[in-house]
Amino acid sequence: MKTRIIASALLCSSLTGLLSGAALADPVKDKLVIDGVEMISRAPAPEGHPFKEVLSGWLFRETETRAMEADSFQNPGMLAVEQGEQVWNTVDGTAGKSCASCHGDAAKSMKGVGASYPKWDQASKRPIDLALRINGCREKNMGAKPYKFDASDQRALVTYIKHQSLGMPVHIDLTQGDMKAWWQKGKERYYLRTGQLNLSCASCHEVNMGKHIRADHLSQGQINGFPTYRLKVGHVVSVMNRFRGCVRDTRAEIPKAFSDDLMALEVYVTWRGTGLSVETPAVRQ
Amino acid sequence: MATPKPRVRVPKSASKDEVITIKTIISHNMESGQRKDKQGKIIPRKIINKFACKFNGKPLFSCDIQPAISANPYFEFNAKVAESGTFKFTWIDDDGSVYEAERSIEVK
Repeated sequence: MKTRIIASALLCSSLTGLLSGAALADPVKDKLVIDGVEMISRAPAPEGHPFKEVLSGWLFRETETRAMEADSFQNPGMLAVEQGEQVWNTVDGTAGKSCASCHGDAAKSMKGVGASYPKWDQASKRPIDLALRINGCREKNMGAKPYKFDASDQRALVTYIKHQSLGMPVHIDLTQGDMKAWWQKGKERYYLRTGQLNLSCASCHEVNMGKHIRADHLSQGQINGFPTYRLKVGHVVSVMNRFRGCVRDTRAEIPKAFSDDLMALEVYVTWRGTGLSVETPAVRQ
Repeated sequence: MATPKPRVRVPKSASKDEVITIKTIISHNMESGQRKDKQGKIIPRKIINKFACKFNGKPLFSCDIQPAISANPYFEFNAKVAESGTFKFTWIDDDGSVYEAERSIEVK
């Protein structure tokens, strides 16, 4: 009996801790300006969205982390952008081509591209993201091997291409092909509780958004800044890697990168961030 | 790991005795020597252990770096410039490699 009293007392104190934490832990009312350009870090939510306003994860981070992203020199993710630029200009494969051979100056040809993926791919009859688009291009047009998932050059190239859309609002086209069905599938995945901890994406990023889970300040889980430089690992992290990490933390079986499950989730979660600026490479903890 | 690449930001010009801000960053894994690989063997330490900046040959800033410094070390410091000249930056790796960068400034 005594142990039970202690247990419930502990439960009470941890609950009050969570609740009082919530009041202190609102996202900051700061503006993100990168190289003189103001990012949209708060946007009105699209129709059918559970929130009124979508918020960038930047608003939830510590002062130092926010400052690091706001200064494009200090941002270590820019090292990946530079690496990506090299990859862009490097010839690879049997066709003797680089990305630049066909697409020229990325600042022009890739502007806006990062804001509109995942897109419907008629050939494979499913949505694809930038990483898959690049792999397709390498196979078909360059005669090069597709990148292995999360190869350093793949991360860098995706970062470089998405960075060309810095500041542009995220907007994906759901009218193409079966995008609507994939969106629906992604939505179901978002609310599906899995793993030993029995958590869905929504458990943290919707229901408890703004509260603390131990030392971590829960954001809306937006992916407008991916690939994101994570201080924890010291390099840029792809969205598929982040999804898998999140699922692993719920102690569930981890779906494969680019699997139907995670691709549908990417479509849906990208939509949840509609209107936010592309922040690639964002800096997070 | 790709060859570490330094980046430096120094204003192109300044007025006499102005205090300027210098920013530097270098891409580097900063392997601490504390981690183990999949076989349980210790991954040998490989970090940048020294960073120095000279202005016209005279030492301006230098520091020793220890394994606790995270990947891609970033340094920001100030300097008062009295004359035009060149900043020379040096990073020294555990394996003896030296990475260098130079920037000139014009004092008006």
